[in-house]
Amino acid sequence: MAAVGERKITYDARGLAEPFADVPKISEIDGTRARFDALELTTRAINLELRWLLYELGMKEIEIDNPGSKHSLGVGILTRCKITFNGSLGYFGCGLIDGPEIHITGRVGWSACENMMSGVVVVDGNAGSLTGAALRGGDLVVKGRVGARSGVDQKGGTIITLGSAGSMTGFMMQRGRIIIGGDVGPGLGDSMYDGTIYVAGKVKSLGIDCVPGEWTDADTELIERKFRIYGLGSPPEFQKFVCGKVLYNYDSLEPAEKKLVL
Amino acid sequence: MCGIAGIIYRDGSQHPIGDEMTRMLQSMKHRGPDSTGYALYGAPENGDLIMRYKLADANTRRDFEFADRLRRHRVEVESRLASLGASIHEVEEETPYAFRVSFEYDGDLKLLADFVEDIPDAEVLSLGRTLEIIKDLGDAETVHDQYGLSSFTGTHAIGHVRMATESEVDIAGAHPYWAYPYSDVAVVHNGQLTNYFMWRRRLERAGRRFMSECDSEIIAVYLAQEMSEGATLEEAMHSSLDELDGVFTYIAVTKDELGVAKDELAAKPLVLYESDDLVAIASEEIAIRAILEREIDTYDPYEREVLVWQR
Repeated sequence: MAAVGERKITYDARGLAEPFADVPKISEIDGTRARFDALELTTRAINLELRWLLYELGMKEIEIDNPGSKHSLGVGILTRCKITFNGSLGYFGCGLIDGPEIHITGRVGWSACENMMSGVVVVDGNAGSLTGAALRGGDLVVKGRVGARSGVDQKGGTIITLGSAGSMTGFMMQRGRIIIGGDVGPGLGDSMYDGTIYVAGKVKSLGIDCVPGEWTDADTELIERKFRIYGLGSPPEFQKFVCGKVLYNYDSLEPAEKKLVL
Repeated sequence: MCGIAGIIYRDGSQHPIGDEMTRMLQSMKHRGPDSTGYALYGAPENGDLIMRYKLADANTRRDFEFADRLRRHRVEVESRLASLGASIHEVEEETPYAFRVSFEYDGDLKLLADFVEDIPDAEVLSLGRTLEIIKDLGDAETVHDQYGLSSFTGTHAIGHVRMATESEVDIAGAHPYWAYPYSDVAVVHNGQLTNYFMWRRRLERAGRRFMSECDSEIIAVYLAQEMSEGATLEEAMHSSLDELDGVFTYIAVTKDELGVAKDELAAKPLVLYESDDLVAIASEEIAIRAILEREIDTYDPYEREVLVWQR
């Protein structure tokens, strides 16, 4: 009756899952490369194995087979390395990462790469809602379509999707760039503070205080460079959207700086 | 939070949907451990009507007379069915308080359901020629074992794991909801409805009954009301997007259709897998992977989408 790779999971009094799980140590290791099959492992065991390989054995390239759409895989990795997931991830995949280069051959669920600091994540399939929420840096490339509220609260970095995007894309974004190759849903860039959104397809409706921006050579250079780096073919023609800066009023100076100026 | 799931075989072939839905729901147990419910569409048994009903809820007082009262009420249900001209073929006792009756009857279903529910603590969970709603407290495997669902085969099913936020943890508050008194229609819902009381008062005035304090019950009754006025399932679901306020993703099923609707913010999740022979939908992809042990191509539908599939 157990689902794919599902085991009876124990919880301690604090509600923590598998507090005393052991590292499975099942990887095939070849120099600085490692590979393991996640089919029979729990989420915690997969992440423990990943950490063991990266931090204790200093592996540089890791391949994980059969992630089976489990949640919270590959989170909190703070070192430079290459990771390939041969399959799909569930929710919260590759969140809170700083440094790795990750390739996911399937799709990702909600909140992929939430709060990513740096690195590169390439998703071959689709992504769920809240993709790249609170992204701080790095590149997140989705070759399929993304759900609603991608780049919500984005504070840096670049989100690229070749397919369409859902409603409220770039909601309250503060910095960074979102590049959408397809159509986009209603409320694009609602209440955004700063940053840039590029859309190649149709925009269903603009959110409050999101306005068309003026195209510059720097925009052309950025788009061409990103498409070249990730081998996405020749870029289509994009429209640019930025913040109208009428919704909010605040000084860009910190209080200490303000004192100095005055 | 709640988790919802649905599966429909497009060619109308029979599959072990009791087991399959259990695997889907068990893999989403973390979304709602309070109660689990199923709406299963089985093979019609020589055109009989099937009624699932319960005579007590999880919070009903288990006093000294409890067992005796159940026995008396059970006899009362059967005699009331007989008095309306129904000829009972089989009565199965699933648990001491939940029963499945199959019978022949061609009168008014609302009259029959009302007459049964007139008995204290009685609630008709489902009534139809193929639909059977099974719901109880606990996770999917608990309910599956309690109600012996491993022998259940059928064409389509929906299920729900509940984390109670708006009303009590009891069977009346568990999903799916039958679209009383519309036979063979059921709904599962993930979300909150904010214009619940407005709709409840409006529908009660139109003669609909509510058995719980759960906001999700509105959707089932709303669809029943629309469909009784001549709308198709798809039309009723489209109008619900404007009429119901709140955040929701819900799945509605009839004897040969399965439909899903999302609110205008796409606030609640849904993952969709579509192939030539089957459509599977769930709050999380992990639930679909529980029945399809291979890499699959799925996507999340967008805001205000209504999708309906036929078997």
